[in-house]
Amino acid sequence: MQDTIPRTSAHRHLLDVDAMTRSDIERALDLAVEMREARAARAHRSMLETETVGLCFFEASTRTRVSFELAAKALGATVVDLSVAGSSVGKGESLVDTIRTLERTGVTALVLRHSAAGAPYLAARTSGMAIVNAGDGMHAHPTQALLDALTLREALGPLDGRLITIVGDVGRSRVARSNLHALVKLGARVRLGGPAAWVRAFDGWPGVEIATNLAEALHGADAVMTLRVQLERAGVSGVSLRQYVADWRLDEERMRLAAPNSPILHPGPTNEGVELTADLAEGHRSLIGRQVENGVPVRMAVLALVTGAA
Amino acid sequence: MIGERFGSLTDAPATFLLAGVRVIDPNDGSDSIRDLALLNGFLAEASSVPPGIERIGAAGLVAAPGFCDLHTHLREPGTEGGETIASGARAAARGGYTTICAMPNTDPPVDEPARVGWVVERARDAACRVRVIGAVTVGRGGESLVELGAMVGAGAVGFSDDGAAIPSGRLARAAMSSLRSVGRPLIEHAEDAALAAGSVMRAGPTAGRLGLAGWTPAAELTIVERDIALAAETGAQLHLTHLSTAAALEAVRRARARGLPVTCDVTPHHLALTDAWVAGSCRLAWEEPDEGAPLDSDRAFDGTCRVNPPLPSRDDALALLAGLSDGIIDAIATDHAPHPPERKFVPFEDAAPGMIGLETALSIGLAAAEAGQLRLAGLVAALSIRPAEIIGERRSLAIGQLADLVVFDPLARRRIDATDLASSSANTPLLGTELPGVVRLTVADGRVTYRA
Repeated sequence: MQDTIPRTSAHRHLLDVDAMTRSDIERALDLAVEMREARAARAHRSMLETETVGLCFFEASTRTRVSFELAAKALGATVVDLSVAGSSVGKGESLVDTIRTLERTGVTALVLRHSAAGAPYLAARTSGMAIVNAGDGMHAHPTQALLDALTLREALGPLDGRLITIVGDVGRSRVARSNLHALVKLGARVRLGGPAAWVRAFDGWPGVEIATNLAEALHGADAVMTLRVQLERAGVSGVSLRQYVADWRLDEERMRLAAPNSPILHPGPTNEGVELTADLAEGHRSLIGRQVENGVPVRMAVLALVTGAA
Repeated sequence: MIGERFGSLTDAPATFLLAGVRVIDPNDGSDSIRDLALLNGFLAEASSVPPGIERIGAAGLVAAPGFCDLHTHLREPGTEGGETIASGARAAARGGYTTICAMPNTDPPVDEPARVGWVVERARDAACRVRVIGAVTVGRGGESLVELGAMVGAGAVGFSDDGAAIPSGRLARAAMSSLRSVGRPLIEHAEDAALAAGSVMRAGPTAGRLGLAGWTPAAELTIVERDIALAAETGAQLHLTHLSTAAALEAVRRARARGLPVTCDVTPHHLALTDAWVAGSCRLAWEEPDEGAPLDSDRAFDGTCRVNPPLPSRDDALALLAGLSDGIIDAIATDHAPHPPERKFVPFEDAAPGMIGLETALSIGLAAAEAGQLRLAGLVAALSIRPAEIIGERRSLAIGQLADLVVFDPLARRRIDATDLASSSANTPLLGTELPGVVRLTVADGRVTYRA
């Protein structure tokens, strides 16, 4: 009666960026650039024709789910979208049972989003499918981190020694956690900024600076990434929305504290006027559109890598 | 294990001679190699036994008073898929235990005299003595006290709402006042429910890294301090179970310095494992930590590491080891909490808290002793006579006593394996780990309950 099943598959997974080396990350980003060109040229359209990619989102998502779907289809995979509302998952079937069922129906690569941290690790231990983590609780969102890294690399060049500041509800952010791994591995310095209660979880994280006021957070930053604030949680954590906007909302004026012309990123969707002003989001510093554009080629690269096609 | 046999308390009393065994008796601090004889279940002078009785070569083995576990979850009645009284007692005998104290959080909970009696009756022919801990409040609901006196009359040796603390200080005070008059301990699971709500692992860098909601040590300390204040006022015997933080340990130390009747125990997993195990580490607390390694996809977020209170920080685990060495911690108690795979093979935050411990406690203690963290005599005392004292029982290896002892090989190595457990459950993150210590013989009430 064993609690865990030995892994039998030769498939690789993308569970988080922490398991990737710097050269793994660089290879994925280079491949994403290649995929962007291939997609424009309608090449590689049969690369994944033997694969069935399951999209299994237990949490609402639009842009991540759609970009995975487009990525899989661009490479010729069969795509099944397992919309969770109305599936047996809500009727008490366990995650493990769902995973095993999907594998038996022929899914070969599973893109999984789940509200529980670690759910993709359980899926990887439970099945022979290649597992791609599309966000697990507050833990990780590796494809977002890769597309952010690509976006930053294209804007700044190599990230060695560059200072990237991440601002917002960092403690509850899976985007921030995966970005920390990716940016540090790529040689960047990372500074986290936000109300003390929101950055406390990172006390002692190796190689990370903490700033609890905006001037300190932005000083010298080569790029600034701001995170979505969960409006419903603002009051609970002792930080009012009004206080957050007063102390932390980014605008053109405040961005002058950072390095000249430093770009701004946001994983989306933004809360208008909370994390940053509309002017900033749409202005010359903004890379938010580029992040969205990079989503599909990065996910093409990831799917090709985990299935062994590239 | 091949060739192992279980016995029961209703078997015929044993007669044999253990030749050349190292006898450690913490009652008088003795530690000597000698022959140990049993005659019809009673300890006898080796020179006086008749010729021809079975002679067991025991060179290199250690004999000690039988172990007593203050904190065992048997899932009967209610969830026998995880464990039964019979299977839990076999696991206990195999771990060297002659007494286990069954926690009352069964379904239904043990909150009336008849239910105490039911467990006592059910365990009559088990592989170890099963003592019953009664619920403190009706239905473990935290609202009104059970009939403490009648429960004691039916056999309850202590009282606990384990799984939760008594929620209100007012009710805790009433419980302790009544327990003082019936002369039985309150065994408190010290955790402030509101402070701990939603948390799934110990707060700290690992929780931060994994994005899991952190449990703060204040959740333990606030109830410990409250209960110590109430023990001082009521004079009741307070036993704090599964302490997991240095801060709570210091509070107990201060209480003891004031002469208050406060005792405590720690689990093997809070001594040896750390919160890093949730990230997939398998370094014991006293080993060099492997911080910063990528998550091991085969081990990270393993539901078997979900336990309440959560696995401690490394600093706290080392403080608990020191507290056991210096005697502030009275006992090792397993909090043996069996669960079937479907309660554990789920996302970490959904896993039922608890891990099994009866068959690995001695091995963890011996590993700590090998690493210089504990002395063997102290380990034996914390597993045997000191927990027994907390429920008012005495045991000794003196001539003329009904034999109650364990014989183990402290150096033999064993690999913890799911197929090699007497428990009905295998929920422990130690599977696959090699540890020292194999029990060869357990004798309870003069009967051989386990032999390998």
